[in-house]
Amino acid sequence: MKAPAFDLALPESLAQAAQLLASPDSRAMGGGQSLGPMLNLRATRPALVVKLTGLPDLIGVEDASDAVTLGAATTHAQIADGLTPDLEGGVLARIASGIAYRAVRNRGTIGGSLCHADPAADWLTTLTALDAVVLTSTRPIALSAFVTGPYRTILAPGEIVRAVRVPRPAPGFAWSYHKLCRKPGEFAHAMVAGLRASSGLRLAIGALGGPPLLLRDAEASIGVAETSLSFLEPAARRIQLEAMSRVLAELAA
Amino acid sequence: MDGGQGVGASVLRKEDDRYLRGRGIYIADIKPAGTRELAFVRTPLAHARIRAIRKPQGFEHAVFVASDLAGVRPIVANSALPGFKPSAQDVLAQDRVRHVGEAVAVCVAATRAEAEDLAELVEVEYEELPAVSDMLAARAQDAPLLHPAWGDNVFLSTHVDIGEASVRDGAPIVVRRTLRTARQHMAPIEGRGLVAEWDSRLDQLVLHTASQMPHIVRSGLAECLGLPEEAVRVIAPDVGGGFGYKGILLPEEVVAGFLARHLGHPVRWIEDRREALTGGANCREHHYELTAYADRDGRLIALDALATVDAGAYSIYPFSACLEAAQVASILPGPYDFAAYRCSTWSAATNKPPILPYRGVARAGVAYAMETMMDAIAREAGLEPHEVRLRNLIPPEAMPFDNITNKHFDSGDYPQCLRRVVEAIDVPAFRARQREATGPVRLGLGMAIFCEQAAHGTSVYSGWGIPMVPGYEQATARLSPDGGLELRVGIQSHGQGLETTLAQVAHSVLGVPIERVRVVHGDTGVTPYSTGTWGSRCMVMAGGAVAQACTELATRIARIGAQLLQVAEDDVVVADGCVRGPSGSVSIREVAHTFYRRPQDLPDNANPGGLEITAGYKAVRDSGTFSYAAHACIVSVDTRSGEIRILDYAICEDGGVLVNPMIVDGQVIGGVAQGIGTALYEEMAFDAAGQPSAATLADYALPGASEVPVLRIDHMETPSPYTRFGQKGIGEGGAIGPPAAIANAVNDALAGLGARVDRLPITAERVVAAVMAAEGVS
Ligand SMILES: Cc1cc2nc3c(=O)[nH]c(=O)nc-3n(C[C@H](O)[C@H](O)[C@H](O)COP(=O)(O)OP(=O)(O)OC[C@H]3O[C@@H](n4cnc5c(N)ncnc54)[C@H](O)[C@@H]3O)c2cc1C
Repeated sequence: MKAPAFDLALPESLAQAAQLLASPDSRAMGGGQSLGPMLNLRATRPALVVKLTGLPDLIGVEDASDAVTLGAATTHAQIADGLTPDLEGGVLARIASGIAYRAVRNRGTIGGSLCHADPAADWLTTLTALDAVVLTSTRPIALSAFVTGPYRTILAPGEIVRAVRVPRPAPGFAWSYHKLCRKPGEFAHAMVAGLRASSGLRLAIGALGGPPLLLRDAEASIGVAETSLSFLEPAARRIQLEAMSRVLAELAA
Repeated sequence: MDGGQGVGASVLRKEDDRYLRGRGIYIADIKPAGTRELAFVRTPLAHARIRAIRKPQGFEHAVFVASDLAGVRPIVANSALPGFKPSAQDVLAQDRVRHVGEAVAVCVAATRAEAEDLAELVEVEYEELPAVSDMLAARAQDAPLLHPAWGDNVFLSTHVDIGEASVRDGAPIVVRRTLRTARQHMAPIEGRGLVAEWDSRLDQLVLHTASQMPHIVRSGLAECLGLPEEAVRVIAPDVGGGFGYKGILLPEEVVAGFLARHLGHPVRWIEDRREALTGGANCREHHYELTAYADRDGRLIALDALATVDAGAYSIYPFSACLEAAQVASILPGPYDFAAYRCSTWSAATNKPPILPYRGVARAGVAYAMETMMDAIAREAGLEPHEVRLRNLIPPEAMPFDNITNKHFDSGDYPQCLRRVVEAIDVPAFRARQREATGPVRLGLGMAIFCEQAAHGTSVYSGWGIPMVPGYEQATARLSPDGGLELRVGIQSHGQGLETTLAQVAHSVLGVPIERVRVVHGDTGVTPYSTGTWGSRCMVMAGGAVAQACTELATRIARIGAQLLQVAEDDVVVADGCVRGPSGSVSIREVAHTFYRRPQDLPDNANPGGLEITAGYKAVRDSGTFSYAAHACIVSVDTRSGEIRILDYAICEDGGVLVNPMIVDGQVIGGVAQGIGTALYEEMAFDAAGQPSAATLADYALPGASEVPVLRIDHMETPSPYTRFGQKGIGEGGAIGPPAAIANAVNDALAGLGARVDRLPITAERVVAAVMAAEGVS
């Protein structure tokens, strides 16, 4: 299928972009890797597409002692290639290199991925475990409160994601991420990310059809997860729990 | 035959130069001036009555519905098999739609996007009818009817009962299985597509279409459009994969053919992935209930089978709706020799896309069924799976052999083929490893041995009585004045490498270097009639025809050459691109030059027909060549996550004399990739309302490079006694074996837990569900 006709805007400032996006008929575009197919499938039909990846506010990174901040327009490939600051042990690069295929990574952005809010998206689950904060044109939003449902976020009309801040866990932290896919590069049918740090244990379970399920400290047990996931088909639940056991085992090691 | 460029040489493929440089010309690369694009309005409902169709105001001239197609006839693909019920498929639905994706109207605009804009504005009023989306439910007494006049939903049922299989209940081993395979989409990289143009000078419809069988499409098109055949020319340019998906007369081709003439400008339709997936999941869906009876020592006594095939909504042209199911009955016994057999089959009509024969037609399902039973017997008998098979295979000394369903096996040594893969896998060493792996990750060994009937001709297809019966295959061979050779064949090469292998055949006969042999194919305007490329027939049939034409051409060349050498015709031979006499030779190039440019030097008795010949070929016996192969693989199964890995995969294949072993390996590898898809990944589920589950390739999982292991391929070359060089068809075998071998391996791995998966594809969820069922957890 081919997209219906739309206009394309290449704004030069965040303010101009925000103004264009205030209209319900307009739509932001990052790398276009999710929006492009949706336009072609006519699942979304904006009159105006506003391309954000050229905005200075969305480009660039910041490497501080307490956090890594990545501009929303940073591509998965830039992160995977180690061109951006990372947490100890290359946590972010490893996540990025497991997303989709190289061609998609070359264009897909970390900001676009979070805003798209696909329940099985890698960044959504992993950055939830890492307690990341989304910095928008108007406010900071904890990622754990950012996604409201499948493909839905709490962004207001005209609100643009500028960057993502990933706090640096205190040295000596343990990280583990497991996803189960039909084949490499496909969206996962089970995914669990876990962070054990001095601040405690954070476990995010993704690919649940909505926002990730965040389990903290004592909740991060198979028993609690089993109850929380009772809405899944038994086999699908067992596969999620298997991913979780692998993560727990790795964090304990 | 020489090893340089002729039959048997692994020369590089001539066509790859343009393919690898991106210089092929596919249907979407063709756009004559003035072309307008088509977008079809397709039903979102699986079963409904059409109450009304309203065209958007002001665009009535650009939207066409069934009643606008004056004189166009529906597509009817009958079969002469007794009891077959034909369907009539309107090229645009008139009063009823029978599967999601069926075309109801067509829109014409300058671009595809604008044509789609128009299509969205067409209002179709439907009255939804209850859908039949499962083949077993379709056969139930009270099922809603697709074709009300039939009284049921069965295109055809067949029954054979040989040797009273029904009364074997006293056998010491009795095993039963109920098996199911999934509906698949063939997913060639290039979808379907066409450009239709009315040539007013020639008063002829020229249809470029991504087809495997241009001549058959021409016949069908002429019938549906009411045109004489000479007023239709069908050209299949470079075609990006077929597998059977393009072995059909399409409603879209008929519609576009009509529009091109009616509108007076070319029209083009390029199928997109969404159309292909939602309306084109059209193959492979089988259901089996099987009982096998065997002796204590694993010798098969009898097989009893009930098989249903989901044939979808219509009978497609030319293969009909029953090719798959009716074939199941005759090929289920496979390469095994046993005395009693009963089989009933049903081709069930459902509200799904009409079934098409896909690479390994019916055999992927049949081998899965039969080989599952062989493993079941082995388990009961406490024997290794290969032991049981060896006790039941047709022995080499019995060849040629007529089996229980009268299939004529031309040649082969099946036990040796199996022994070779068993050795390659090293079964005892594997069993030792398997015994150690008692943790959550288990190991399994699976195998399959099966045959592939290819190039079957008139005697087989006349019995089916479908719109197409292959007869003599023809080829034209013509020398150019400077000694090049042009071959014209009615088949179409879309990945098989026939531009190379047919040149190799010609080289074997005439010795013209393959660089100077040009193979022209896929164009009804310039090639002899052919049923096209299907059923692994081209190397045998088109290869045989090319050899025949070149052989006859050699006689004419020899006469002229003898004159130039001043010797008797009997004293010369044509070889290595020359006419060779007792004491000298003259090149074919000089012979050609003489005929065309210096006719004054010709002998008086030179054939005035010249250096251009159309010759025909049929195999000595046309019941088909029987290639066969044994596949064996080792898998690991994580019983907690359901992850399956193929750790080793060994194949021994006997395709008779191999014209180009490298190309044969390529065919095997490509086929196995598709077979892995059938075994582990591909499934188009339909819900109760007949809605397909996938609209993009994100939802329909195809195997890719990371899912196909390195294959170890071994060859045997038992010649067919019936073909020109002893060659056999080998295009499909790769796709037949993997579902059986992989399913057997997975079930071998799960056996220790008492678990088993009896349906394809074997997904992670199905593995885990089977393990949970065995544990008594639900
Ligand atoms: C074949 C394929 C496989 C894939 N596999 C995976 C996978 O395994 N794992 C995975 O995580 N992802 C996968 N993806 C998705 C990929 O990661 C996308 O890049 C990502 O989902 C979207 O990023 P984008 O920059 O392309 O955003 P776009 O497609 O441009 O936009 C996506 C959405 O976000 C909005 N948006 C974009 N940027 C902003 C912004 N700065 N502020 C506000 N709103 C914004 C858009 O309006 C749109 O609604 C896959 C994609 C493809 C095509």
